[in-house]
Amino acid sequence: MTETLASAWVIIIGFCIFMYVLLDGFDLGIGILFLFIKKTDERNLMVSSILPVWDGNQTWLVLGGASLYGAFPLAFSLLLPTLYLPLFTMVIGLLLRGITFEFRLKAKKSLPVWDFIFSASSILVTCIQGLLLGSFVSGFVFNADGTSLSYTLFTPFNVCCSVALLFGYTLLGATWIIMKTTGFLQDKMYKAAKICLMMVAIFLVIISIWSPFIDPQIQAIWFNPNKIYKLAILPAFTALMLLYCARCISQKREAIIFWLCVGIFACAYLGFGISTWPYIIPHTMNFWQAASAPSSLLFMLFGALLLLPVLLGYTMYSYYLFRGKIIEPIAY
Amino acid sequence: MLPELISRIQFGFTISFHILFPAFSIGLITFIAIMEGRWLKTQIPHYLMICKFWTKILALTFGMGIVSGIVMEFQLGTNWSQYTREVGSVLGVLFTYEVLTAFFIEAGFLGVMFFGWDKVPPKLHFAATLLALIGVTFSAFWIMAANSWMQTPSGAVLNGTTFVTTSWWDVIFNPSFVPRFLHMLVSTYIASFFVIAGVSAYYLLHHKHVEFAKTCFSFVMWALLILMPLQIFLGDRVGIVVHEYQPLKTAAIEGLWDTQKGAPLVLFAWPNEKTESNDYALSIPKLASWINTHEMDGQLQGLKSVVPAERPPVPVVFWSFRVMVGLGFLMLITAILGLCYRKHHSLFKRPLFLKWCMCLAPAGFVSIITGWFVAEFGRQPWVVYGFLKTANAVSAVPQYQVWISLLSIIVVYGIIFGYFYFRFFFATIAKGPTKIEDPLDRPFFYMSPDIGNECGE
Repeated sequence: MTETLASAWVIIIGFCIFMYVLLDGFDLGIGILFLFIKKTDERNLMVSSILPVWDGNQTWLVLGGASLYGAFPLAFSLLLPTLYLPLFTMVIGLLLRGITFEFRLKAKKSLPVWDFIFSASSILVTCIQGLLLGSFVSGFVFNADGTSLSYTLFTPFNVCCSVALLFGYTLLGATWIIMKTTGFLQDKMYKAAKICLMMVAIFLVIISIWSPFIDPQIQAIWFNPNKIYKLAILPAFTALMLLYCARCISQKREAIIFWLCVGIFACAYLGFGISTWPYIIPHTMNFWQAASAPSSLLFMLFGALLLLPVLLGYTMYSYYLFRGKIIEPIAY
Repeated sequence: MLPELISRIQFGFTISFHILFPAFSIGLITFIAIMEGRWLKTQIPHYLMICKFWTKILALTFGMGIVSGIVMEFQLGTNWSQYTREVGSVLGVLFTYEVLTAFFIEAGFLGVMFFGWDKVPPKLHFAATLLALIGVTFSAFWIMAANSWMQTPSGAVLNGTTFVTTSWWDVIFNPSFVPRFLHMLVSTYIASFFVIAGVSAYYLLHHKHVEFAKTCFSFVMWALLILMPLQIFLGDRVGIVVHEYQPLKTAAIEGLWDTQKGAPLVLFAWPNEKTESNDYALSIPKLASWINTHEMDGQLQGLKSVVPAERPPVPVVFWSFRVMVGLGFLMLITAILGLCYRKHHSLFKRPLFLKWCMCLAPAGFVSIITGWFVAEFGRQPWVVYGFLKTANAVSAVPQYQVWISLLSIIVVYGIIFGYFYFRFFFATIAKGPTKIEDPLDRPFFYMSPDIGNECGE
């Protein structure tokens, strides 16, 4: 019973994190792209494309965090203090990015300052998420006291993940803008998307080759002779999507590129899931060890199954309402 | 310094800032929903102008609430991991429900509310406003359920080192929840309405946007006339529950050292924790017993009934309570004065009263903060009353890391919330509402090509 319930929550939290990575991914990507887009008009258009939705996008992180707290309190209480400084830096980064959405709408003279903060905080948040991603692949170990964990934040592998994520989010941001705009800005984004897609492809290859060396367990999973043929489908499919995406970018098929990037992210995310399964804290604690009381898991599941479809519905409605190309910046 | 103390300072600092924004948001959305309803009913653009102006302030405020809320969620785990481990299966669940029932609704429909004036028909926009209102109210519901459970835990048993729920109904509707939830909800209306009153008073004094200011001022004065007595009644209900379940909190509120029947109400004093008595006390006989038990000779437990380590910090609780109640009565008097002046048809014409209302603009928020001080300091040394001590709830994080986070938070919050929020807030006030022309008043309005946009098509 507990195992089934815990598995359901693994799926839900996995879904929340994926939604967060995708949705806030393109928000953060737009922040990174501010490095290369200097014109205020173009920046206004870019921000306008995410203004009505960024809060909802970030809420997936909040839901992921709250679910982790409720469904796997042991993991929540072990991981969060361990990751104290990176998490705090990330949260402050999210705070600074969040306020710039409001402030840049109201600011006149100080606009460049808020734009700088928007861009810098987006880059900071992305870098930390990349480092954390790398740390999860590398794993955690219990300290001698058995109540705290240790890990290394800055390793070459983690930095590599961080750079990969920078390109990944920029790709999502650029393809989102391609979908939402026209003209000069769109042309610039095609160029950016082309470079980012190439870098994402390179980094996916590097990380795929590197991670089995980081951890023998990952090697054991992926190179298990009984499963290798099945598992090989995933990288093969990813490669096909990357190629098709490159083709679509050069043919300027604006409607589909973003969704192909979503597919690429989904494959990479699935690969990460396979590598770390069934650990909630890699190499230290699996999902079932960290699970909350069955009564809690059940009560939460009731709410989640009832409300997730509803909230997905009105989130999609909100996207539907603000669909189409952004012609002029929006304001209150 | 103790790691516990630094984490407590950080938590207190962040939550004191945070609570202001959601509280103001709840009050503002309520006000906007009422005004938008009046607009839909009367079709007078004047009400739409009021909605649009306060929506600007709401957007600014709500954004601050979101970002400071994320800090709250993470620091529960980073700084209070022993607490989250123990209560996760109870309170983590309530937080998940908060996100599912409140945050997504807010995020989804506030987007429509802020940017959808021209995208959706007025009725649908009103629906979005109402849904956002439901969202923020739900948010208060869950967070008050969680906090009330920490004050008066029920419906769960401590099984080794973690709580296991026996009844979700009892967890959510724990003994102190209903009065505390209503008390908090009403306080958000009052605090926000006093800000609206203050801004309107400013416009009236300076003869700017007079019609706008009159409507706002008149409405909030009526509302406060109902809300203030209601709030005092609700506060009394909370006091009764606190006395029943947390007698030591009541003792700290009343500055009561010895257990006694017919305890006096200490109006002013300096509670001296060393001598275990009150310096410079001014008291009214028997009143404290009557207030807390509704009986003249009701017995109140004194602080000396437990060892000093088990007592809450008395001066903080004692004085915070007096600030909250004192401001509460000032606000009540203001609402009554408003009624008197209205009878004399001089509500908008009395400079002194208008200046007084401007001074009282932050009063509701000061009351909210001090009220929370009473609730949270009064619960000490417990974090989950009777089950988990605050000292045992803290994470084993290296102290320098907590210092780094605390100092960076003080700097960032000081600059962003302490300075820039107010700067943009006052800039919006200075700019004032944008006049919306009544399309029907314009000659040949039907020939205007952009008529669809203005009507909200």
